[in-house]
Amino acid sequence: MTGYAATGFDLVLAALILATAGLAISVRDLFAAVVFFIVYGIFVALAWLRLGAIDVALTEAALGAGLTGVLLIGAVARLARNLVERRPEGSGEGGLLAAPPVSRAASPAARIPAMLGSAGISAVLGWAFLAQPADEGLRGPVAANLASSGVTNPVTAVLLNFRGWDTLLESVVLLAALTGVWALARDEDWGLRPGLRQHARAAGVLATFGRLLPPFGLLLGVYLVWVGASRPGGAFQGGTVLAAVWLLVMMAGLMAPPRVTSPRIRAVLIAGPLLFLAIGLAGALAGTFLALPPAVAKWVILLIESGLTLSIAATLALLVLGPPQSPATPAGHTRDRP
Amino acid sequence: MLADAMTVGFTATGLLFFLAGTAGIIRFPDTLSRLHALTKADNVGLGLLIAGLAFQAPDWQSLGKLALIWVMALIAAGTTAQLVARSAAVRQSRRTPPEAAPQGGREAP
Amino acid sequence: MIASATIFGLCGAALIGLGLYSYVTNRHLLRRLLAFNVIGSGIFLLLGASGARLPLVAADPVPQALIITGIVVALAATALGVGLVLAYARVTGRTSLPEDSAGDSAGDTPQEPPR
Repeated sequence: MTGYAATGFDLVLAALILATAGLAISVRDLFAAVVFFIVYGIFVALAWLRLGAIDVALTEAALGAGLTGVLLIGAVARLARNLVERRPEGSGEGGLLAAPPVSRAASPAARIPAMLGSAGISAVLGWAFLAQPADEGLRGPVAANLASSGVTNPVTAVLLNFRGWDTLLESVVLLAALTGVWALARDEDWGLRPGLRQHARAAGVLATFGRLLPPFGLLLGVYLVWVGASRPGGAFQGGTVLAAVWLLVMMAGLMAPPRVTSPRIRAVLIAGPLLFLAIGLAGALAGTFLALPPAVAKWVILLIESGLTLSIAATLALLVLGPPQSPATPAGHTRDRP
Repeated sequence: MLADAMTVGFTATGLLFFLAGTAGIIRFPDTLSRLHALTKADNVGLGLLIAGLAFQAPDWQSLGKLALIWVMALIAAGTTAQLVARSAAVRQSRRTPPEAAPQGGREAP
Repeated sequence: MIASATIFGLCGAALIGLGLYSYVTNRHLLRRLLAFNVIGSGIFLLLGASGARLPLVAADPVPQALIITGIVVALAATALGVGLVLAYARVTGRTSLPEDSAGDSAGDTPQEPPR
């Protein structure tokens, strides 16, 4: 697609992106805002396709739109439940539905400066973007060293070889976030299973879907990891697909979420980062930390990716499930001391 | 040349179906009929779109991947439509008592 | 005509402004998380478009790798943020911080449950 058609498509897509972002921000109903946000994520994934960054498009569609959407929808549902649990005394049963929608925005006097400030920042960033010379960037060094990196997809080479340090830290950041989420559980809830109670009927459509999709999902996830060496794909995209499959199986009621105290799930969670760190230390003994010798780079990268995919899938799914929480208590019965 | 013409024809028809489905979502009064428009029109539209793209596929593997995409989209759309419909029906039956519902007709949203 | 990278880079800059405005003016904490995510994807678009400005060459892989890392970390941060907001709502019964509703006489009443 070249010329006027390409520009027209890009302009329409950019307009859609801005429109859905604006709607996600301004719509009154919180659930509708999350839905618009998911649509916005899909449009941004299309923008990445137009920019030629297919790995990023996959990641944005799977993580940015998909998993973030599931996370936020669960948050909206759980927020209503958590608020009911902590109703202040004096409000009856009809209190929640009868309350007027809270004015969720700042006063009009604060909006004008905020608007001007944000528009100013956007303008400065846009001007800075346009004022940059179109540079070759780091394509040259990456292309020069691609042959010795063990893979042929340059993005995978950067992620797992040239900038492997960033990816190692990223996997630890994911673990840290999960630890933070689990730390928010109350002491008496610690041994429970995370996630909302699922109401899928045993012979219903969701249960059938939960039995039908996992084989294809598993195949697709493993394929994405394997093909990431030469085509767009990789550990993060494949790990997200696997996390989604596991979440679906749990939502269909076919498998219960693991208890947070379970040693098996903890072993799965740390297996990826630990393996990555061990390989890095092995490289350190031989010379440089996280150095991958070109002769074995391909297999070492595959090994790292396998461990990483497993841990990423488990961590992402558990992040979406949230901390263990006991079922809601009747309204008016407060369980927390402020 | 013929392949390009077929692609344009199928894709245009698919887009018409998508348009019809979107009009249905906006104009129909309640959740169940909107789901009807959404599922039927959008799935046929997707099928026509994929049929149009199939004429551009370079080899059998791409054709197989396109067919797989259509099948999975169909299954996912059908499942989610059924789940939304069930939850909408449960919500409607909670709001209007059973004896007030007209037989087979549409209730208030 | 106009290059894709230019259009989407400017779109990213606009998204950053939109997200900032929403973050500052909204009091509801989940809406602030949404705004935070919009700002994040705007930053990624700006960065990625900067690496894709040469017309006939593939997009620069290093910004792409950084953006992939960024998207994953943004998800992790959003998950932690969601956990904090839900715990805050459970303990205090509010959906916004006290300093943001200081001028509101009725205090912070809970949102209607999603329809």
